[in-house]
Amino acid sequence: MATLSWVATSFRERLFDPWSIGTAGIALVLALPVLTVASFVFYPAGDVWRHLASTVLDDYIVNSLSLMIGVAIGTLVIGVSTAWLVTLCRFPGRRLFEWVLLLPLAMPAYIIAYTYTGMFDFAGPVQTTLRQWFGWSSGDYWFPEIRSLGGAILMLSLVLYPYVYLLARAAFLEQSVYAIDVSRTLGCGSWQSFFRVSLPAARPAIIAGLSLALMETLADYGTVQYFGVQTFTTGIFRTWFGLGDSAAAAQLSALMMLFVFALILLEQRSRRQARYYQLESRSRPLPSYPLKGTRAALAFILCALPLLLGFLLPSGQLFVWAIQTADEMINTGFLRLVLNTFALAAGTALLAVLVALFMAYGRRLKDSAPIAVAVRLAGMGYAVPGTVIAVGVVLPLAWLDSVVDGFAREQFRISTGLLLSGTLFALVFAYMVRFLAVALQTVEAGLGKVTRSMDDAARCLGYRALEVVGKVHVPIMRTSLLTAVLLVFVDVMKELPATLVLRPFNFNTLAVRAYELASDERLADSSTAALAIVLAGIVPVVMLSRAITRSRRTQADALATRKALTNDT
Amino acid sequence: MFRGRIYLAVFLVAALTGIPITAAIAAEVNLYSARKEQLIKPLLDRFTEDTGITVNLLTGKADALLKRLQAEGANSRADVFITVDAGRLHRARVAGVLQPIITPALSQAVPQSYRDPGGYWYGLSVRARPIMYAKSRVKPSELSTYEDLGNARWKGRICIRSSSNIYNQSLVASMIIANGEARAETWASKLVANLARPPKGGDRDQIKAAAAGQCDIAIANTYYLGAMLSGKDEAQRRAAEKVAIFWPNQSERGVHVNVSGAGITKSAKHKQNAIRLLEFLVSDSAQQWYAEANNEYPVRPGVARSATVRAWGDFKADSIGLSELGKYNASALKLMDRAGWK
Repeated sequence: MATLSWVATSFRERLFDPWSIGTAGIALVLALPVLTVASFVFYPAGDVWRHLASTVLDDYIVNSLSLMIGVAIGTLVIGVSTAWLVTLCRFPGRRLFEWVLLLPLAMPAYIIAYTYTGMFDFAGPVQTTLRQWFGWSSGDYWFPEIRSLGGAILMLSLVLYPYVYLLARAAFLEQSVYAIDVSRTLGCGSWQSFFRVSLPAARPAIIAGLSLALMETLADYGTVQYFGVQTFTTGIFRTWFGLGDSAAAAQLSALMMLFVFALILLEQRSRRQARYYQLESRSRPLPSYPLKGTRAALAFILCALPLLLGFLLPSGQLFVWAIQTADEMINTGFLRLVLNTFALAAGTALLAVLVALFMAYGRRLKDSAPIAVAVRLAGMGYAVPGTVIAVGVVLPLAWLDSVVDGFAREQFRISTGLLLSGTLFALVFAYMVRFLAVALQTVEAGLGKVTRSMDDAARCLGYRALEVVGKVHVPIMRTSLLTAVLLVFVDVMKELPATLVLRPFNFNTLAVRAYELASDERLADSSTAALAIVLAGIVPVVMLSRAITRSRRTQADALATRKALTNDT
Repeated sequence: MFRGRIYLAVFLVAALTGIPITAAIAAEVNLYSARKEQLIKPLLDRFTEDTGITVNLLTGKADALLKRLQAEGANSRADVFITVDAGRLHRARVAGVLQPIITPALSQAVPQSYRDPGGYWYGLSVRARPIMYAKSRVKPSELSTYEDLGNARWKGRICIRSSSNIYNQSLVASMIIANGEARAETWASKLVANLARPPKGGDRDQIKAAAAGQCDIAIANTYYLGAMLSGKDEAQRRAAEKVAIFWPNQSERGVHVNVSGAGITKSAKHKQNAIRLLEFLVSDSAQQWYAEANNEYPVRPGVARSATVRAWGDFKADSIGLSELGKYNASALKLMDRAGWK
């Protein structure tokens, strides 16, 4: 009898403690929009599928897959190589590259697509000048077509590699000197040591960065649409709006989610396989290979190239355009745009990180299968195009509003109208749905650095759960938390489709302004707003990079804490 | 202190959820607009100046705004829905979010073919989608109809944007209405075979490509050419000057046209203000603005066109009822998929 009641209590505790309920509850609310859209899957879709299958479906699959593979290769090559160079090698400009390599993160993909087209298209200045110099005309010469699948891969790789770079660099920074030393004494050259020790150890972080980049790729609409590349996203829009078939569009989205699930599985697998902690204390700094002469020049060029192509060139073009048009574009209304954008991005970023922290802890404290699934579900929104999320947000909120309204009319004879729809709440909610995955990935990666034995030791010393968080976790996770804030901040600032649909009356952001002008094919006029997004994104990037550089010192503190704790026990 | 905090909390909740704190009902009208801010705001400001009615504006893509309107239902704050094509207005009517409004001023200002027969929506400006050609390589005498662009002598010489674009969907819908689905599809396949490059970019891109020599013919809406001609960008102006407009199908049904237009929502809480806004938008002075600021064709007969537009001359416009275009939109899109129009 006693055993039975113990089992019952423990079961109740396991399922109904605040952590489990809170985590599962938040996850469910955040998964609601995606589930709403997914529920359309059960509506009959008519003969649209036969039509799609016989005409364009192959294109969607092939193009989406090619795009993902291309961007995966692009971001891995750029992100990992530059991260390794700036972390473990010494060459001129290294200290600068450490943070400027993050700058392309501030560049929205559709903006870089517009600027590159402006420069390198057939009718653009580069090709026009070439034709004038050499007297060519159309068909006389070959020039890479920027608006193509390859172009889309290049554009997306250039602005998404910082995810891989950021997480890879953090992983390299945390690597044990001893592991590298041991590999060297065992006869590995510096290359071998990189491929056999550093890279495998950093793999979970790299894959986490890669999956973020690929989810963004899947959700991208602006770039592929402008480049005329037919992918799942463009297909969803055509089917939903052009053919007016929301069921078939939702089924396309569901098909696309399979890609996402594959990505998530990949990411989890890689994390499980490499679940180890680097326990040795690290008193010495990481080795750094001094590079001289040609090698130093090569390293410099390798780091300068992505910066040049992903940031300097496009923002230079934006700057040139902005000079022509800024005095018309900058007025009091513009200041308001900047403020709106900044407040929205900062507020959402803080909220997202708080929620991500809560969920990551929920998962850590009560690691059960339902919670793990719930947490994953809450992160799904990242790979879903903004407009689809927006529709998924509009429907349940409007339903809730009308239920409340109906109740109030019946009980109090007043109409509450729309309480949530069309408010900033709806917008922030959509951002949370869309970007929680970013915060969650980063926070979980940070929390992974805190070993369970640290928790146990702290708990043995009589700290309560919250005290453990304050005294042990926060110092160790500071960089991860800052990274999460930055990533969500920049993402929200660049976000367009959901903002467009969900924002309240008379409320605009920089992204909306840039888009409205650019899609009216007034690139020059849109450049001021685009440039402002980029500039506003630089501030947190600089803050973050300084935090990362300081992190080694912080980690030393953490190590000291840990040592103290272990000694006490 | 404690009470102060409660007030603050209430205020924050109210501010976040949009519950009106002041009880007074302001003179206002709420607008969901697929017309971009820069192409509607100046007119709205003038309306506010004239009438004292505040206009609250939300711009966005028509399809998404329509979804939001549908979801919000009877409680929606929107009073007026503006789109940039008749197809979407038709969709909004079918979705049941608009209400019929018939006033003498509106009926008098907007010709029958540019408004819904039941008064659910009214055109505000007319947009023509003719053939544009590079002056140095094409003689106007070589051109005749849209149908003729399927002729093999145009192989590799035509630029047009993606079939995802509503203007192309409407164009093909008009071909279905004129020639039947089978012939429209044959035409689309032949047109695709004649393209100089896979469709990409917007209408301006097609004009620029024609000017730069990548193709000889572009299909685009005229106001884009107008904007290039009257804009500040020197390169664009030079490009636009290399291109001229040809009005096709003049001896038969006429040039394909569409309208940007507006309807009043079923849920409108400020119906009278909404009607005033609509009537203002088709008034002489507002129509003049459409013509001058964006080089569109005024929907109201007798309003002067801009100098740029006047230089292109008069044309006969296809007179099919525009709500027909919306009905054939899905068929048009499927047909373009089958024809391989990207």
